[in-house]
Amino acid sequence: MSEAALIDSPEADTDREVVIEVRDLVTHYGPREILHSVSLEVYAGETLVIMGGSGSGKTTMLNTLLGLVKPTSGYVRLLGQDLNNIDQVARTKLRQKMGVAFQGGALFTSMNVLQNIMLPLREHTKLDETTMQIMARLKMEVVNLSGFDDLMPAELSGGMIKRAAFARAIVMDPRVLFCDEPSAGLDPVVASAIDDLIIDLRDAMGMSIVVVTHELESAFKIADRICVLDQGNILMVGTVDEVKASSNERIQNLLNRRTEEEILDPDEYLRRLTAAKD
Amino acid sequence: MTDRVSHNLEKLGRAAAAGVAEVGFGAVLFVQSVVWTLVGSKRGQPVRLSMVFERCMEVGIAAIPIVTMMSVTIGMMLAIQGIYTLATFGAEQQVTIGVGISVVREFGPLITGILIAGRTGSSLAARIGTMRINQEVDALEVMGVDPVRFLVTPALIGMLVMVPVLTLWADLVMLIGAGWYISVELGISMGAYIDSLTEIIVVDDVLHGLGKSVLFGLLITLVGVINGALVEGGAEGVGRMTTRSVVLAISAIIVTDMIFAFITTR
Repeated sequence: MSEAALIDSPEADTDREVVIEVRDLVTHYGPREILHSVSLEVYAGETLVIMGGSGSGKTTMLNTLLGLVKPTSGYVRLLGQDLNNIDQVARTKLRQKMGVAFQGGALFTSMNVLQNIMLPLREHTKLDETTMQIMARLKMEVVNLSGFDDLMPAELSGGMIKRAAFARAIVMDPRVLFCDEPSAGLDPVVASAIDDLIIDLRDAMGMSIVVVTHELESAFKIADRICVLDQGNILMVGTVDEVKASSNERIQNLLNRRTEEEILDPDEYLRRLTAAKD
Repeated sequence: MTDRVSHNLEKLGRAAAAGVAEVGFGAVLFVQSVVWTLVGSKRGQPVRLSMVFERCMEVGIAAIPIVTMMSVTIGMMLAIQGIYTLATFGAEQQVTIGVGISVVREFGPLITGILIAGRTGSSLAARIGTMRINQEVDALEVMGVDPVRFLVTPALIGMLVMVPVLTLWADLVMLIGAGWYISVELGISMGAYIDSLTEIIVVDDVLHGLGKSVLFGLLITLVGVINGALVEGGAEGVGRMTTRSVVLAISAIIVTDMIFAFITTR
């Protein structure tokens, strides 16, 4: 069966607002094709988890959705606009409607926590200093980081860095929130707290959330739908139950943490050993 | 044999292409910085004065102690060498002419440029490289904050303002250092030394030095930013590109200095 045929098309979703539309997306790094004609929709108010093993193309997919990597062909429409085909002013405005919590936090090391969280407000609004501080502190409260205004990023624990990154990502009340490996590298208790935070953000603020992760437990807890990526192809998009019940061997291998043995013919094996080129 | 030649030619071609690309990148950064400075406010994204002030403090004020120390030493060294050389002809009294002209036209801007390249240019490359690795540059972009406006333009303005100011300071301190040694060694009073300097040094000499220092400031910033932006491979990559940035900036300063001196003395 071809991999494209394994994609479960979302049913009865035509009446839901599409906030992100990915169509026939192909991305290269140099000569290497990373994403092979990928198509996907993210709906308003849902949490979509993009899941896959190492090298599956998750990070490339996220970077392409964020407009940090230009696709070779196909397009990504965020809130109806193609990030790669709009002028700079429109792109800046569009980016104010999205928030990103990076894997390592990406907090500015020269600024304290409060200044980091206030930065988008300072750059995109004309609010006075006190109002910006109040708004930033409100978001710090949402992520349980109250009282840590003056700490520098180097003084924060892993969980606090992630929470500060979330606070900065949501300070402009974005419509779409992207999270890159939100619970990676955290102990189970803190990871669970971050998962709860993502659920709260979706429920309380009605955000559409795209999470890239390889943590199964976390994915099953927070996802409304899961997109399973494998070697640059989407194997399946479906609910948690649909993914768990999938008969696809590669998906089951991923869920059950089974490694796949690569079967090579002898000629190919010899070619690889000798690094011979065709 | 042919294979090796073609391989080396290919390597040379790639290096040349990469060099041209870097120069082009530098030109783009400069033009973008000028555009942001001029029209940033109209686009609702002004270059923050507070950030320019911060960079001025870092480039200029924080460098005053080291520039002062080096300048006074070099001023005295010039006087020592000048007196020693002129003693051959019994013309020690003429040392003020050599010291005055060479400090203002050459040593002031050159030593300041080299010190700032080593001190601030390297830290700029390391800062931008580390920010790139930590995805801070990506974070700026996805926030809708242009990294050139936020990171490069304030650094460039700070450098273009403070390198000439530091050069003036270095000129002054070098001349004082040289004057102190000359007055002790030759028994010339400081007042007579200063009178002699004011007769020798003309405004054109000072402007020659300041013109060069503006160019040096531009070179240090662009070389630092380009190398920071090209960082790959974690901490090791930051170290490698920081070193490259210092070597390239100092080389660029010395070559530019020679070309500038050649053109302006024709």
